Amino acid sequence: MASDAHGADEGGLVFHPMDQFIVKPLFGGDTVAWYTPTNMTLWLGFAILAVIAILVLSTSKRAIVPGRGQSIAELAYGFIYKMVEDICGKEGVKFFPYIMTLFMFIVCANFLGMIPTAFTPTSHFAVTAVLALMVFITVTVLGFVKNGTAFLGLFWVSSAPLALRPVLAIIELISYFVRPVSHSIRLAGNVMAGHAVIKVFAGFAAIAVISPVSVLAITAMYGLEVLVSFIQAYVFTILTCVYLKDALHPSH
Amino acid sequence: MATQTQDASHGAADAAHAAADSAPGMPQLAFETFPNQIFWLLVTLVVIYLVLSRVALPRIGAILAERQGTITNDLAAAEDLKAKAVEAEEAYNKALADARAEAQRIAAETRAEIQVGLDEAIAKADAEIAAKAAESEKAIAEIRAGALESIQAVATDTAGELVTALGGKADAKAVAGAVQTRMKG
Amino acid sequence: MEGELSHIGAGLAAIGSGAAAIGVGNVAGSFLSGALRNPSAAASQTATLFIGIAFAEALGIFAFLVALLLMFAV
Repeated sequence: MASDAHGADEGGLVFHPMDQFIVKPLFGGDTVAWYTPTNMTLWLGFAILAVIAILVLSTSKRAIVPGRGQSIAELAYGFIYKMVEDICGKEGVKFFPYIMTLFMFIVCANFLGMIPTAFTPTSHFAVTAVLALMVFITVTVLGFVKNGTAFLGLFWVSSAPLALRPVLAIIELISYFVRPVSHSIRLAGNVMAGHAVIKVFAGFAAIAVISPVSVLAITAMYGLEVLVSFIQAYVFTILTCVYLKDALHPSH
Repeated sequence: MATQTQDASHGAADAAHAAADSAPGMPQLAFETFPNQIFWLLVTLVVIYLVLSRVALPRIGAILAERQGTITNDLAAAEDLKAKAVEAEEAYNKALADARAEAQRIAAETRAEIQVGLDEAIAKADAEIAAKAAESEKAIAEIRAGALESIQAVATDTAGELVTALGGKADAKAVAGAVQTRMKG
Repeated sequence: MEGELSHIGAGLAAIGSGAAAIGVGNVAGSFLSGALRNPSAAASQTATLFIGIAFAEALGIFAFLVALLLMFAV
């Protein structure tokens, strides 16, 4: 390895890009049982507090002319409400609290994860897989409850030539079941990638010559990650809306 | 596993890999922590869902609806006031037009009255003038007639005198006849 | 030896990230050229833009994931 060749030169160059994702018990101990409060629990709790601060505390005055905090709350509300209404139509509005929960949770977890030394729950596949599976199961169950077997028309592309339809049905079926996978890995992968890359650049900062470049790179990546934090939450939410629309109006 | 192989080949001297060995590969794939993560995630989601659906979303929805209501009311009030302003302007314009029409009517009436008086006066003056002119005509005719007679007498006298002065004997009748003939001719 | 090979494999998998970058650039560039032709329709299509970018980027993230798995998990 490199350190064998250069010896003491790179003694300080240590990469642990993945250590920041380790789930540790919060109050000591080694085993992580299902109920153990971990560092993840702590940051999930912070996410709850952030959601409450943004949406509940800031609107406590119920001002007709909103202040700064209330404007943010109203902006978030209007943003998601319009998205749900535009994509899913009027029937989708009753899923608005559910979608708003997903969006606010992901946004708060992502942004809190941008604090140095913080833990980012959304970088774990277990977390995003649960979120994506919840969406997947909701959409599938809702589709069959609302449309019965007509929901299967989603896979039978009636606008295609008859000979092609079985092939397309297989492709559609595969793409339907890949949805939760890509849905969850997209979010976790993006967040994890950004954090890991920042950590790698931070490892380079140990070398005096490279450290200014490294610090600049960290700064640039940080800006990109702030953007990605929001965009991934937006994409997750909008894809949820698109999938919900499939369940509500399965016509192809 | 790769880490074990590296352990065997490089030993404890490799600091970076010693650290990596202590870490459980990718923490995302540490399956023993999954029940814990899923449990706490579900707790978090349920809490956020309850907070949002019970408190936050109805409240923000109410605020937005209230603001919408206020704006609608204000707009309606503004619309009302605007309509009233338009009405008032119309009334003002109507009053103005009425007043103008009245003024024109009065002016026309007055003009007509004055015209009538004027016409009367002119007619009277005309009549007076005509009468005066006729009188004068008569007087002039009388004077002219008187003058002709006087001229004939003077001419006869003058002619008689002239004849006498020239040494003839004036025959009064002949002279008078000659003068008369001359004056007629 | 197996460790070195998996590192080489990780490096090869990372090429996929570059391919995803081409894809994302393609999506954004096509959107921009379309939006400049018809700016009035652009605002209604930003959601589609983000969905397209997300789909393109997800494949790059898959490649990155494979690289990470080769580096740390195999």
